[in-house]
Amino acid sequence: MAVIEIKDLHKTFTLTDGRKLHVLNGITTEINKGEKIAVIGPSGSGKSTFLRCLNRMEEPTSGSINFNGEDITSNNCDINKVRRKMGMVFQHFNLFPHLTVRKNLTLAPVDLKIMTQEAADERAKILLERVGLADKIDEWPERLSGGQKQRVAIARAMAMNPDVLLFDEPTSALDPEMIGEVLDVMKELADSGMTMYLVTHEMGFAHKIADKILFIDKGVISEQGTPDEVFDHPKQPRTIEFLSKVLRH
Amino acid sequence: MRNNYQSRKALSRGDLLLGLVGIYLIYLLYASGFFTAEAWADFNRRFYQNFVKDRRYMMLVDGLKATIFMTSGATLIGLIVGLILSVIRVAHKGGAKIPVLNWLAESYITVLRGTPAMVQLLIWNFTIFASARDLNTQYIAILAFGLNSGAYIAEIFRGGIEAIDPGQMEAARSLGLSYGTSMKRVVLPQALRNIIPMLFNEFIALLKETSVAGYIGIDDLTRAGQNIQALTLEHSQPLVMVAIIYLVIVMLLTKFVSKLEQWLSRGRRR
Repeated sequence: MAVIEIKDLHKTFTLTDGRKLHVLNGITTEINKGEKIAVIGPSGSGKSTFLRCLNRMEEPTSGSINFNGEDITSNNCDINKVRRKMGMVFQHFNLFPHLTVRKNLTLAPVDLKIMTQEAADERAKILLERVGLADKIDEWPERLSGGQKQRVAIARAMAMNPDVLLFDEPTSALDPEMIGEVLDVMKELADSGMTMYLVTHEMGFAHKIADKILFIDKGVISEQGTPDEVFDHPKQPRTIEFLSKVLRH
Repeated sequence: MRNNYQSRKALSRGDLLLGLVGIYLIYLLYASGFFTAEAWADFNRRFYQNFVKDRRYMMLVDGLKATIFMTSGATLIGLIVGLILSVIRVAHKGGAKIPVLNWLAESYITVLRGTPAMVQLLIWNFTIFASARDLNTQYIAILAFGLNSGAYIAEIFRGGIEAIDPGQMEAARSLGLSYGTSMKRVVLPQALRNIIPMLFNEFIALLKETSVAGYIGIDDLTRAGQNIQALTLEHSQPLVMVAIIYLVIVMLLTKFVSKLEQWLSRGRRR
């Protein structure tokens, strides 16, 4: 069953000088429960914009997004309700620096009256255990390393018990030696059956965990398929060129 | 290390300059015969005339009360006006459809910041409230300075909020929190750390700005000095005393703000 169905998604930015920038030019795809989809492509191809449209961090210009059967682009959709069920992990972590790790995880569930503080604390403990940071529960974000911050950010996104997790280049801002610990956490999430959308430059990781690869170029899905199909037997010239550049090293 | 060295060097240069100025002033006093017994006695006699006789120091005390009353009242109005204006401007930028309100807020800020506070004060007193002669002019001054200050405080609030990484708002919204809740729980607590010291600086600026209130007949601290002048026909002591009182208050407040800033930034690194 499709968790998210995207039909003919367009996104146009209007620049300050009035020119239009067409970032997404009609994307149609879907993600099923438990599926992991990795989105790859050159920078500026629109892959991050695509991901950010899924929970309307960016407003799509046209097209529809169905989440659990509800059209979330319609005017009478309560986007705040939808977002509770779509966790998002950002490139720059975006932890709340004025709150402890515990409060970072419990702010939303408690404020939205989904859990009591005690229940949320309990869940925070379990989630931090899962990302290997149980001892950091009362730490301030500033005192964590980049890798630890991103693991906390993943735990925070999980705190609302979402149906799907959106990862927007989660390892791009990390020191190389910290990428592994974050990918390990994501691998564990993937193995546990989490539905995941992942925009990434980590081709090896995408190959390993993804069920499907979307190659986005110039705002359209120019090639898609299993990791084997896309990485090992790409058909489109643009895909071949891109992969030859990123995999050469 | 390097910063330390530079700041120490800058400090010693400042000390040197201050020392030279001090020596020069003492020389001037010496040259004018200040250190003679007659001059000293004259100084004391004039000091008595200016401040002690007929309890004239009370004029300064009452003037200071008026100054502090106006500054506090104006800050209060400024806070309320500034808060409203900044909410409009920030919400407009955040996607709320309020173009007319935003235009009004922007115009307000442009006009009130683009004209001298004193001219605004005169307009309030002699034009807008010209026929309300039984109204206490101190309230007119509070209104004029408060509305003027509101324009500056609005920019302080807005600047403080916009200095917060937009990723903070995004992260809060991505968890399903509303715009208002995200503002209240995530953005504002961080912005306030920057805003609070700047509000105290605005208070300090306002304290000095109210010194023009004498133009609409308010006996504030500055005007009290002039009133003493008028009584004693003494040209220097009352105004120098007024300047010293301002300076002491401003220095104390400045010291307090820098302590406050330290305290707030220490909180960040708890």
